[in-house]
Amino acid sequence: MAATLSPPRLLPSGDSAVTVEFSRTIDDAANERVLALDKALAAAPIEGISETIPTYRSLLVHYDPGRIGFDALCEKLLPIACQKLPPSTKARRWRIPVAYGGEHGIDLEDVAKALNTTPDDIVARHASGDYRVAMIGFTPGWSYLSGLDKSLHMSRRQNPRLFTPAGTISIGGIQAGIQCLAAPSGWHLLGRTPVRTYQLHRNPTFLTEPGDRVTFFAIDHKTFEEQERAAEAGEIIAEQVIT
Amino acid sequence: MSRLVVANIGPASSVQDGGRYGAQRYGLTVSGAMDRLALAAANTLVGNEPFAAVVEIGPFGATFTAKDGAVRVAIAGAPRNADIAGRPVAMDTSVTLKDGETLTLGFARGGAFTYLAIEGAIKGELVFGSLAVNARAGLGSPYPRPLQAGDEFAVDPASGAPELRIELPKPVSGPIRVVLGPQDDEFDDANKALFLDSEWKISATSDRMGYRLEGPAIKHLHGHNIVSDGTVNGSIQVPGNGAPIALMMDRGTSGGYPKIATVITADVGRLAQTTAGTAFRFKAVAMAEAQDEARKFQQLIRTLPDRLRSSDTVELNIEALSDANVAGYAVSAMDAGTWQVTAEP
Repeated sequence: MAATLSPPRLLPSGDSAVTVEFSRTIDDAANERVLALDKALAAAPIEGISETIPTYRSLLVHYDPGRIGFDALCEKLLPIACQKLPPSTKARRWRIPVAYGGEHGIDLEDVAKALNTTPDDIVARHASGDYRVAMIGFTPGWSYLSGLDKSLHMSRRQNPRLFTPAGTISIGGIQAGIQCLAAPSGWHLLGRTPVRTYQLHRNPTFLTEPGDRVTFFAIDHKTFEEQERAAEAGEIIAEQVIT
Repeated sequence: MSRLVVANIGPASSVQDGGRYGAQRYGLTVSGAMDRLALAAANTLVGNEPFAAVVEIGPFGATFTAKDGAVRVAIAGAPRNADIAGRPVAMDTSVTLKDGETLTLGFARGGAFTYLAIEGAIKGELVFGSLAVNARAGLGSPYPRPLQAGDEFAVDPASGAPELRIELPKPVSGPIRVVLGPQDDEFDDANKALFLDSEWKISATSDRMGYRLEGPAIKHLHGHNIVSDGTVNGSIQVPGNGAPIALMMDRGTSGGYPKIATVITADVGRLAQTTAGTAFRFKAVAMAEAQDEARKFQQLIRTLPDRLRSSDTVELNIEALSDANVAGYAVSAMDAGTWQVTAEP
């Protein structure tokens, strides 16, 4: 008999969606279970489910109550959510170039000061991290990453900025992020990437998927300008590594 | 091809359809019509698919002119005075604009959004299966932004089909129904009761992204920061200041405030049509009832074609007319739809 895991909480989100919650906090093991359930439902769809949205700690399952009721759906979801699945062997890895500091990373100096070190050291710690896309949300392509070095954990800005530029690479709390479109943000801005995780007329429109691995590497600001133009023309820029 | 020119239009008006589903996992907002039943009714009147793209008209007036041929349209949703060169046009009916004729719509009365469907539907470039405008993300077609005077749509020439009206069921009144959760356990019983037992008003700062609610402050049990998770149309989240926000069609796909309750599918459009300042209440219903209502709502939309009638068989209802006059509105005696004259079959 297959080993089973602790059951998630099944929380109604209205009459047409259920939140399958594995944890109340940000935790990698819970996120892995979210992504495993998401994958299992994609591989063997349950009749009536229309869309699934993975987040840090829960999978939001949209369904059609005209095709399946809440109780029947929960009955089908629970055993799948409790299955112990083999760890995923293949993950895509993206190497993402970042122009750190200066006008592209206006908080780099302050973050270094707050953490009692140099900007170069912050860049080294950020760029040496091994990240996983835990979820995508808020605005198109905004990739929330887990795996931020503990020494870089710091609370968000007291006053969120109403505007932060497209391509912002930032950290907030225990999370790191790749932001695609200009948006308000309370995170600390370390740099910018020319990579667009979302571009409408490009194939693929969305670059990152929950579960993808991400590493960063530093580029100078001149390279940023060149790659920015290439990205504008539809180039992906990010290097893909299959591991 | 005929053209329909937007001669004049107020803010908060845009092209909308059934919404952009399937890419919420990438952060893509769904958008779509705020009142799905009115969207479907307007489309059904001109023979379109129920969730085809239409003009969603905000609370202010609008005028549309047919060019290079006749254009057949229909209006449903928030009632307004409407006329073509002084000839009244009833809500929930189709009408054909001859080449050069202008349809004039007044302010919304007792609602916010009115839907103008065009025979053959609005055409444009689909993004994830939808033309719906999401101004923040620059999505939507043919205009990825709110409509402005001078915009125009290339549309099918009017078919000459007989004009129709649609007999919609009497609107449900009473509280907006919700299912508690997904994070109702972030609130104690007293605060849940405060949410359910209080009178609420929609703030004038509301928009297609969210309706801010004015009323008592709802307190959290463990603070207002939760780890972001997914949202749905009608999620009611409670931020730090305790003033709930009902998330509407332009909501972010995830959110980090506790969600005390979720508006049932059948009532989202009714909440959308509740005007700023109008007092209303919420009522918690069981999941079984909410899903039953959702299925009835689907059934209603599926069977809208059965509710079409010839538009020259309007029956007068003296009581409704007198109600209207008491309320101070000038209502056409032929304006059957506006006051829901016909009884529910």
